[in-house]
Parts: sequence; structure tokens; C-alpha cells
Amino acid sequence: MRVLFYILQKEFLQIFRNKAMLPIIFVLPIVQMVILTFAADFELDHITYTYVDSDLSATSKRLLAKFEDSPYFQLSRTSDDFKDGMEALDQNEATLMLRIPQGFSHDLQKEKKAMIMLDVNSIDGQAATLSFSYATGIISMYNKEIIMEWNGLAREVSLPVETRVRYWFNEEMEYKNLMVPGILALLITMVGMFLSAMNIVREKEIGTIEQINVTPISKTHFLIGKMFPFWIIALFELGFGLTIGRLIFEIPLNGSIPLLFAYSAIYMLVVLGIGLWISSFTDTQQQAMFMAWFFIVIFILMSGLFTPIENMPQWAQALTYINPVAYYIKVVRAILLKGSNFYDLQFDFLVITIFAAVMMGLALLSYRKRG
Amino acid sequence: MSDKTVITAKDLSKRFGDFTAVNTISFDVRQGEIFGFLGANGAGKTTAIKMLCGLSKPTSGEASIAGFDIYKQTEEIKKHIGYMSQHFSLYQDLTIRENIRFYAGIYGLKARQIKERSIELISDLGLDDYTDRFVKELPLGWKQKLAFSIAVIHNPSIVFLDEPTSGVDPITRRQFWGLIYEAAAKGITIFVTTHYLEEAEYCDRVSIMVDGLMHDLDSPKALMEKYNKPTMNDVFLQIAIRNSRKEK
Repeated sequence: MRVLFYILQKEFLQIFRNKAMLPIIFVLPIVQMVILTFAADFELDHITYTYVDSDLSATSKRLLAKFEDSPYFQLSRTSDDFKDGMEALDQNEATLMLRIPQGFSHDLQKEKKAMIMLDVNSIDGQAATLSFSYATGIISMYNKEIIMEWNGLAREVSLPVETRVRYWFNEEMEYKNLMVPGILALLITMVGMFLSAMNIVREKEIGTIEQINVTPISKTHFLIGKMFPFWIIALFELGFGLTIGRLIFEIPLNGSIPLLFAYSAIYMLVVLGIGLWISSFTDTQQQAMFMAWFFIVIFILMSGLFTPIENMPQWAQALTYINPVAYYIKVVRAILLKGSNFYDLQFDFLVITIFAAVMMGLALLSYRKRG
Repeated sequence: MSDKTVITAKDLSKRFGDFTAVNTISFDVRQGEIFGFLGANGAGKTTAIKMLCGLSKPTSGEASIAGFDIYKQTEEIKKHIGYMSQHFSLYQDLTIRENIRFYAGIYGLKARQIKERSIELISDLGLDDYTDRFVKELPLGWKQKLAFSIAVIHNPSIVFLDEPTSGVDPITRRQFWGLIYEAAAKGITIFVTTHYLEEAEYCDRVSIMVDGLMHDLDSPKALMEKYNKPTMNDVFLQIAIRNSRKEK
């Protein structure tokens, strides 16, 4: 134990003597949270569109007026024909093109049935889906009005089956409530993995590792000495990030904060374990950095933060079961937004504890004092 | 110097693929002896020293250090040796005092011992006014002397020095050897590699390695007589040129 004290004392001295450290700890989280949370807003409120009205009737004008009144849509320009409209999509002037064919009002009156066309720029799939669903919303309102008129009803009819949706756990569909916990999770993952991966490799680069390896220091002591400071820093970072999230974004804190910290403490062992494992098979900080990036990018993109896991193909969904970041984001959201308790999350606790045990074992096995 | 043997090596070899870095070297070192390990760059000195310190596993052969087996008891060996590598191994971003405390601490010295030894070490090196200076601010010669003193802070029975004086000016080198003699006088066995031939003459015995093979081993005086040369430099050149691998 006495040996451990001297190791930790040395690690803490070096970490806080490093001038880049304090900005990493304090500035990074603020910048990331503020920029990413505001940037990663999936709501669309100014969908640009163009239309080709080949009917030029009162009926078609009425439909177009509905789009103009909608706060979600913004007319970028009118188009003369399909080709002109496609050019607007092509030039990114419009995301959506509405085409009303000639005879629209005629068909509607005579045949009780008419056709319109929606062309959506789907380069950004998520935006396309949203624009499309907003547009169909407007069109179905228009349908409803027509049905009312045909039936001579003054009062609003209701369709036989009506759906009412209530968005639980995040009632106002506040994206920031989803994003802040997610970004917080990424933040401590990145800080933990990079710092731990680079630390031992740095000693390899400057050659001090050889001096350490020739002392009777035990592997366990050495690795605890390397992990503990970053474990503390990451948990501090979590508290700091939560405070900022609360102060700037007013994120809800519905669950138990000690529970969140308990889960995070185990989760950090996984992250630090990966970092130490990386440092065992890399020789320079550059290599370690690339390896850490490799894992971070896969973990983040497959974590469900930016794309819902449910949208992924089966094999990719299966991979997310071994992605610690996916579990962590899920648990952070569950605790903060849903107020989940330990009983609800016992499976997640079990999984992350197994991960932690595996990564600690791997880190311990892969660190060798003798080449 | 006693008759007790503290290092024995028998047919010790290390191969990296097709390349034989150390080729069946055998020798004994007695307690308190200053044993010089001579050779040109790439002769295999560092590889040999790393095997003896338990940093590198031998390919074949046997060796024991302070009575412990080089294959199975490396952690025991590490308690009884000190090591100073050719790469500077103190922490540049820690002060003199912090480096001493850290290394003494991980060798298991108690807080009081650490304090006593630090004071002693610092005053021996005349560094009293610089204890809170960062190591990176010190001149190379001071760093090397400090590194040596820290390598023997836990009173090891053997200290391995891998080219400890390379790049150091002659005056500091002389002072450094003063430290080595002091340590040897306390009974610490010194195992030192060097390619400064005049340093070879400070050793009790020297071995001469060329391309992984140990070609001769004796006291400097005996070697100079044997080869009929006035200096160790001439002895070394004769052995090295005669035996080195064919240039391609």
C-alpha cells in the first residue's frame, strides 16, 4: 500500500503539472456540451420547398396556401415545370418539391380522387423523413377539410380511429434533454480513454518505463497508479458536466445522482481498461491516439446517440450489445430522464460489471514487465 | 572484494529472428567487483544487460543474479539490483526531491528512510540549493550523477550501468567514477558497459564483446600484457578488428 501511495503521488503531480490538463478538464466539456447540444438539434423548422402548380385552380391554390401558412415550411421559389423544380432540389435551394398535376381540381370534383407528387431530397435521410412526415401532415389536414365540405358539415369531423401520442419521459420532445446526457457520456469516455491510453505510452516514449520495469513494483500497483487519477478526473468531469447541463440547459435530474455515479464508476473501469490495453500494444503516443480514435468512433456511431439503434441492420444491432458506450448512454438517460432506480437497471449493472472485469483482466495480462 | 559470486552466466544467448544479438556468453562476477562490459555500438551489451536485469527473456543459456534464477525469479532479482539505462530515466517534469522520493518509495523504503537518504544523497552530490528544481533544468552531467545515486538508493547488491557516461564531459565522467568507487567500497557490485576505453582501465576486470560474442575477459593489466599493447584502446581495437563481422 505504501508503494501505491508513492506511485499515485507521482502520477497526480505529473498530471496537474501538465499545462494542457486543466483546459482538457474544464474547457473541453463546456465547449463540447454547448456546441454539440445546440448543433445536434434534429427538429426542422424551415424546410425549404418549391412547387410546380400545373393546375392553377382555386383548389390547388388552397393546398399551397396550407404549406405557406405552416411554420415548418418555407417557400424558396416557385418552379415552372418538373425540370425547373429538380434544378431547385439539385442546387439545394429546396428540400422538397410539391407537384400538382393538371386536372387536379377536375379529378377531385368528378372522380373524388386526385393525385399530387412529393419529391424529397434524401441526401440527409433523417431530414427527408421528417420533411415528408410534416408534408403528409399538412396534406391530411387538407383532406379532412375536403371531406367535411363534401358532406356539408360545418363542424369538424373526426376520423373513426384517432391517434393521440404522448411523448413520455421527454414530454416536449426536447432534443437537448436527450443530447446532454449523451454528450456527457461521450465526454467522459473520450477523456478517460485518451488520457489512459497515452499515459503509459508516454513513459515508453521517454524511456522511463524501462526504469519502472526493473523495479520490484507489482503490475497491479502500477496499473492502479495509472488508472486511479483518470478515474477520479472522469468522475469529477461527470459532476462538472451535469452541473453545466443543469445550469445552461436545465436538463431534468429525475433519478438518483449517487446511482448515476455508481454506474459511471464501474463504466469508467471499462473505458480505462481499454485505454491501458491499447497502451500495451502501442509504442508511440501517435499510435495510441489512432487506436483510441478507432474505438471511440465505432463506439460513438454505434451507441444510438446520433442514429437510433432500432434503425440499424440486425448484425449491427447485435454489435451494439458489446458496445459499452451504448449501455452507458442508455443508463444515463434512464436515470436522468426516467428516474430509473437500481432495480430497473440491475441487468445493465451486471453487464457493465462483467465488461469491467474482462477489461481489467485484459489490461493486467497484456502489460508485461519483461519483453 | 569477496570471493562470493553474485552473477553467473552460462552460455547466455538472445536471438531476434535470424539475428543473434548475444551469442553464448559465460562469466562470473564477484561481490564488490567493478566489472566492465566493453564493446562497440551494436555489440550486444545492452541486450545482455537487459537479460540480466529481467527486462528481456533469454533465448537460451542460464544465469543467476544474487542467487536468483534469471527465468523464474525476475521479481526477486529486481529487489536486489539497481539499473541505470543509457536512456535518461528520471522524470524530467518532477523535481530532484520528487524523483528521489518516488524511486525510493517504489523500492519500499519507509518514509523516514526516504527522508534520511534524500538528505544524504543531495548533500553528497552538492545539490542542496537545487532540490526543488525540475530535473529537466539540470545539466546532463548532474542528471547522470543523480540517476546513478537514485539507482543505488535502496542499497542493492548489484547495480547495472548501461553506458552511464555517454555524452558527459571528462571532468564529470571522472566525478561519476568517484561515485562508482564509493558504491563499490560499500560492497555494491558494479556491472558497467562502456565504449570509452580509458574507463575500462578503472574496472577490476573487463570483458570484450564483438558482435554478440565475448572474446576475452581479464583485468585490464593482464589484457594489455597478453596482447602486448600499451592501452586498453589498442587491445580493444585489435580484438574488435580481428573478430568483427564481415562488412557487406
